[in-house]
Parts: sequence; C-alpha cells; structure tokens
Amino acid sequence: MNKKTNTDEKKVNIVIDGEKVQIEEGSTLMQAAKKLGIHIPSLCYHEKIKPHGACRLCIVEIEKKGRSKIVASCAFPVEEGLIVHTESPKVEQIKKNLVELYMALFPFNPEIKSLAKKYGLVSTRYKKEYNYCILCGLCVRYCEEVKKNNAVGFIGRGINKRVAFIPESAYFKKCKDCMECMDICPTGVFPSNYGIERIPQISES
Amino acid sequence: MAIKTNKKIIGSLEVLKEKARELEKELENKIIISVCSGTGCKALSSENLFSALKKEIEKRNKRDTKKIILKKNGCHGYCERGPIIVIQPQGVCYLGVVEKDIPEIVEKTLNGEIITSLLYYDGEGNTIKNESEIPFYKYQQRIILSNNSKIDPESIEDYIRVRGYQALAKALKEMTSDEVLNEVKKSNLRGRGGGGFPAGIKWETTKNTPADQKYVVVNADEGDPGAYMDRAVLEGNPHSVLEGLIIGAYAIGASKGYIYVRQEYPQAVKNIETAIEQAREYGFLGKNIFGSGFDFDVMVHRGAGAFVSGESSALMAAIEGNVGEPRLKYIRTAVSGLWGKPTNLNNVETWANVPYIIKNGAEWFTSIGTKKSPGTKIFSLVGKVNNTGLVEVPMGISIRDIIFKIGGGIKGGKKFKAVQTGGPSGGVIPGNLIDLPVDFNELDKAGSMMGSGGMIVMDESDCMVNVAHYFLNFLADESCGKCVPCREGLRQMLYIYERIMGGKGKEEDLKLLAELSIMMKGASMCALGATAPNIVLTTLKYFREEYEAHIYYNICPAKVCKPLVNYVIEKEKCAGCGSCAKVCPVNAIEGELKKPYKINTDICIKCGSCIEACPSKYNAIVKKTGIAEKVKAKKKEVKDGLEAT
Repeated sequence: MNKKTNTDEKKVNIVIDGEKVQIEEGSTLMQAAKKLGIHIPSLCYHEKIKPHGACRLCIVEIEKKGRSKIVASCAFPVEEGLIVHTESPKVEQIKKNLVELYMALFPFNPEIKSLAKKYGLVSTRYKKEYNYCILCGLCVRYCEEVKKNNAVGFIGRGINKRVAFIPESAYFKKCKDCMECMDICPTGVFPSNYGIERIPQISES
Repeated sequence: MAIKTNKKIIGSLEVLKEKARELEKELENKIIISVCSGTGCKALSSENLFSALKKEIEKRNKRDTKKIILKKNGCHGYCERGPIIVIQPQGVCYLGVVEKDIPEIVEKTLNGEIITSLLYYDGEGNTIKNESEIPFYKYQQRIILSNNSKIDPESIEDYIRVRGYQALAKALKEMTSDEVLNEVKKSNLRGRGGGGFPAGIKWETTKNTPADQKYVVVNADEGDPGAYMDRAVLEGNPHSVLEGLIIGAYAIGASKGYIYVRQEYPQAVKNIETAIEQAREYGFLGKNIFGSGFDFDVMVHRGAGAFVSGESSALMAAIEGNVGEPRLKYIRTAVSGLWGKPTNLNNVETWANVPYIIKNGAEWFTSIGTKKSPGTKIFSLVGKVNNTGLVEVPMGISIRDIIFKIGGGIKGGKKFKAVQTGGPSGGVIPGNLIDLPVDFNELDKAGSMMGSGGMIVMDESDCMVNVAHYFLNFLADESCGKCVPCREGLRQMLYIYERIMGGKGKEEDLKLLAELSIMMKGASMCALGATAPNIVLTTLKYFREEYEAHIYYNICPAKVCKPLVNYVIEKEKCAGCGSCAKVCPVNAIEGELKKPYKINTDICIKCGSCIEACPSKYNAIVKKTGIAEKVKAKKKEVKDGLEAT
C-alpha cells in the first residue's frame, strides 16, 4: 500500500463505519463516504461550491489518537488512519435533536422527512416558525462562486440573519435569465419569497 | 527625516538601561501628580480635573511649582471610587476627587501635607493614605496592571523608565528565537482570552509551519458585557502589549503583526497607535530591531463591533476584509490563518505577560498562581459588589477572597447568590461554591469558564432565569447566524425562556433546554454556539428550584420577572399620602388622602415608580409574586419537592 505512485496525489486510508477506503489526500470525509456508498444527509452541501458547514446534518464522529470528536463531514479533510462513525450513539442523539429543530423550521424537505422518519419523530416540541429559508447559503454561494454574479447575499446577524438580493446588483439584467438559485434551494422556495416566481404549494401532511 | 529619527534609535540593552537611569534621574526631587484617565474616570470628568490642575499650577509662583510634574495615567482599576489622583513619590491616593478640591490639593501637596477627607475611609474611623494599603489593592498581586498608575500611556519615555523594552532587548540580543519560545513554553502561560490554550504550544505550531510569511495578531475584540480588562491594558500600558508582541514575533519568525481592536474603544485605538509610532521612532519596530537583523512592523485594525469577531477565524476573516464570521476550522489558524498563512493569535493580556516572563524567567512566572494555571489574571469585578473595578490576582485565589476581601462584600449587605464568570460563554457559580479556587481547570469543572475575565456578582434580588435569558438574548443577537444549531437553538431557547418568565412554562421545558444544550454543544460550528448553553446548564444545575418555582407555581423568587410580580400596597403601613398615585404613569393607583391607597393590578405596568415614590418612613408598597396568600406555602412545597429527589 505504501508503494510510491507516480501520480502527484497521495492516497490515505481511512475507515468509515467499519469499511476501509482509500482516497486522495485533500478529499473530505463526505466524499470518502460517497465512494463507499454511505449516504450522509446534508442540506448545505453542493459539489460545485466550497463547503459551508452550516446545516450540521452531516456531522460524524471521528476517532483520532484515542480521542473522539464531532465534525462536519462535508469539510473535514481525510487523514491517514482516521476512524469515522456516521451513526454513533453520540451522533444519533445530536442529530435527532437537530432534526426536531429543523421540523420547527422547515419540515418539508425530503431529507428532513426521511430523517424524521428514521428517528421516529412525528411532531416537534419546539415552537413552529416556518420561514422557508434555513440559511444554508446555497443560493448565495452558488451565485458568488459558480455564476460570479453576487446578486444575493446575507444580511443581518444572529437570529435576524436573512438572505436578500443586493440592491443595484445584476438582478434585473441577469437574474431573470439565470434563476439557477431556485433549483438549488433545498426548501424549494427561494427566491419565490421575493415575488420572482410562484410560491410552491406546501401542505403539512 | 531619516537623520532625525536615527537620533532616537536605541541600539543595545546597555543604552536602554542608561536611558532608563537618565529618565529616572529627571524625576528626582519632583512631585508627580497623576490623574487617572481611564475610560471609567474620564466618564467621571477626570479630564476636567486635569485641566483644572494645570490651570491651578500655572497660576502659582513658578518657583514653587517647578517641582510638580502633572501626568495622565491609564486605568488604576478602582473604578468604583474614581476619579483617582495619586501623588508620587509618597504614594498618596485621593479617591472621588471633584473639581473644587483641586486648589487645596495643589496647595497641600506643595506644603507636603495630606487632605484626609479625600483619602480612603474604612468605615471604622481609619483613613488609609497609600494606594497599596487600601484593601482593594492590598490583596491583589499586580503585575500587568502594576505600571498603569506610574506611566503616561502616551509617553514611551515613561515606559522606558519603568524598565520597558528591556525584555525585548534581552530576547533579541541575548537569546535565540528557540530560547525565547522555550522560555514561554516552560512558563506554561495559558491564553488569557478564555480558552486557556498554552501560548507556547500555539507559538510552536506557527513557528514550525513552513511559510514565506507569518503573522502575529493581538486580539483586543473584547465584547463581553461588563468586562474591560483588555481596554484597561491597551489604554493604560500599550507598550507592554507591543513589547510582548514583538518578542512573540521574534520567537515565531513573523514579520508582520496586527492589533485587532474594537472601534468602540477610541482611547485604546489612539493610545496603541501613538505607542506604535513612538516605538518606530526608537527603533523597536521596523527594520533590524536592536541591530539583530530582525524586522517587524505592526498595523492596527479597527473592528466593527461584532462579538463573534473575537473568535480566531472570524477575527482573521474581518482583518482580511470579509464578514467577521467563523469558518470551518479543521485546519487551525496557527497553521493557516490570515490569507492562508500561519498566524498566531493571542489575547491582549497574554501578550502583556510575555515581557515579564522574558525579563524574570519562566521559573518566576510559575511560582505565581497554581501549577496548572500559573501567573496572574485580571478580572473585571462588577455587579452587586461594593468595590467594582479591575482586579489582578494570582490564579488559584478563591472567589470568596475576590468578592469579600478585594470587592468589599455585597452591596447593601445583601446575601451573595452567585457570580457569573467568563462572559456570555461562561456560566454561574453559586454561593455554596464560594471557596472554589479560580483557575482554568476548576472553573471548567464547575461548568463555567475563565473566559476573558468578567465577573458579575449577583445577590438575592437577581433572578437566575432572567440572568440566563439576558445572556442568551445577547448571544442570539451577536451570533453570526451561520450554523443552524447555534442560530435556531438560541432562538428556541429564547422562546422557552420567555415562556417560563411569562408564567407559561411547561413541565417539559426544562428537558427541552437540556436537550437543546447538548445538541448545541455537540453540533455548533464554533465556540460561541458550543459555549452558549453554559449559562443554561449551570443555572439549571445550581438553581433548578428557581426554574421549578417559575414553571409550577408561577413564582419568581427574586421578584424580577414582571408577569409573575404584582405591586401591592400594604394597608396597615399606608398613611394615605398619595405620593405614589402622583407618580404612577398609568393612573393605576386610586384612593383618598389619609386613607390607604390601592393599586389596580389590571392597569399596573409594574414600572416600580411607586416604590421609589413611597416615603421611606412608610415603605408601604411591596412586590409580591405568585398568588399572594399562598406564596409561602407553595415556596416550601417547591423546596420539599427538591429535597425529596
């Protein structure tokens, strides 16, 4: 295994849920899991853009030098000898709570629905406040990194943070031809909130 | 220009020592009147005192006054009793000086007399002349703050006089960068910003990361409510921070430094900028410092006032010109920080410790404090304590000593209830843990943290549910809002708290709070979200009965939560003077003169004006919580319930 390869990229070995995998250095845990066919749910991850680590649904537990740690698999780089548990009791406990929190925020996403089913969550104990935006930032980052338009951004901070079109941006010139942020939105609502398109019909059932 | 600046440049330790001796001689046979110009005393118009002193001295005969030197100092720490004037060399300390005292001060000082009425009075007939003898100072061990009362922060000569920059000269001329690093490592200096990570190990990581450019950064983004240690150091002794930073840069091999200071500290920004300018003139910054071949320069970056920007990756994003939001930090900033280069970030106080460690050695440093947390720590002692101010104590001192010996006990003789340490990220420590030694590990064990050193003392009139709500509210505003656990977790916590404080708490709320806390601790992206539940967990742990009183019995034991409190006029005490009815803004108080008045609780907005208006000889208005008659019985029930479990 330690044979010198001619390629520039070094390979590292890690273990995910008991299965060994060899992957290029610099990859993330999520990519490694994908190679093994292990699905790690996430809402704010997209192949084309840099990881954001905001949804926290992709958290996994890693073991390194006898210490365990919870990390976001979408961004954590693989390391030689790393042991990863995607469904350890600790991860599952945190995730269950997190999913319940999401159910108060936006329960209609298929990923959330399936997770809720997995954890046996029928309803949420938290105050429901559907606001159709979970601030995953996909639209913002996609517009910035892939389309290079910077037409949409974050404003505010803390619990008042939200997504907004940047005034005097390319909105009228470019947005109408693009609309790609719509397809990328995990809640399927953006940017309908801003009256650009129809508001999808959502029922709670 | 070059020739002009070259004149001032000091090239060796000997010249520096000589200069210090020279400067010291200048002060022989002089009287130094120094006025505290820290932000606290400035707010009490110490600026006016200074100009009044100046005028008064100018008015007098030059022959008398030529031996007087008038000086502005940084924060002395005893902010409760400001403005402070200290007269050296006798060390006479005048507290709470007002402008009309000035002529007398000048007069008596010239005659070598003392004004007893302005001295510290211990309440038992004794006055104390010297600053160092006052209990507030007596039990402190001042190292970082020791020079604050001796030097003018805007004068580098003053700093050189107190042996400033000699540690830098020693490090650069007599030690290799490895030796400097090892000394700091041996001293086990732990980060004073809150985490307590050993500075030496952090330095080593940055040093050992190969890169063409490395940075060192001072974190002066102090944003905790009620904490102002870093401000006092930066304002009062900016050169000490600068000296530490240059030494650190030398050890690490960084050629550029940043000082990230909040915009809200204008005096600190001004003083550190002046200090940098002066250090450049003297050749302590720039190319070939002390002829050692080491180049280093510093820039000041003014923060735009976001609490979260104190987090290392957020701070660096802000310096780079981006939004101050933490990033995924799986590669440490010590390895990849500013513009992807290795960057060493330390707090103001951590840097200020460095010159002392180099000057006096690691052994001296480890002899102070506890084994695992050596050195001193500055705390900002605020809240319901008699002597509020800045306190520098050796690690391991008990909370009791800080609050009762230095702080002079609780205001108004009330009962000590809890102390909140570590700012919004910390937790509360209850009265029964008052003998807990204060160091990084012990505070962590108690569920709180050292944080940057805020200490908010609370008495029996503080409601712990309300306190937790206050800090959560602060964090909900100040979080960057990026990750869901922190943002939505805090939002839901606030809903739960509002419910409990409004008397609509549910039995499951406490469980929900605990579950949310565990989730936030595990899943949040940065330390802000991960430490936010500390206040919830510690109040739940130590003051659960208060939560239960709110939820089960609609009682706020401290009578703070408005929806659970009613204002009542006690019939027997009310003389019917009508003062309360006059001040009530909503006309909720009715009655006839000379007969007991009555408050209409439906209209009452619970502003408390009536309590203030009621003459103290009657004291007829009281706050009641819960259903008035059943309060006592139910309170007991709550207690019994707790004892049973």
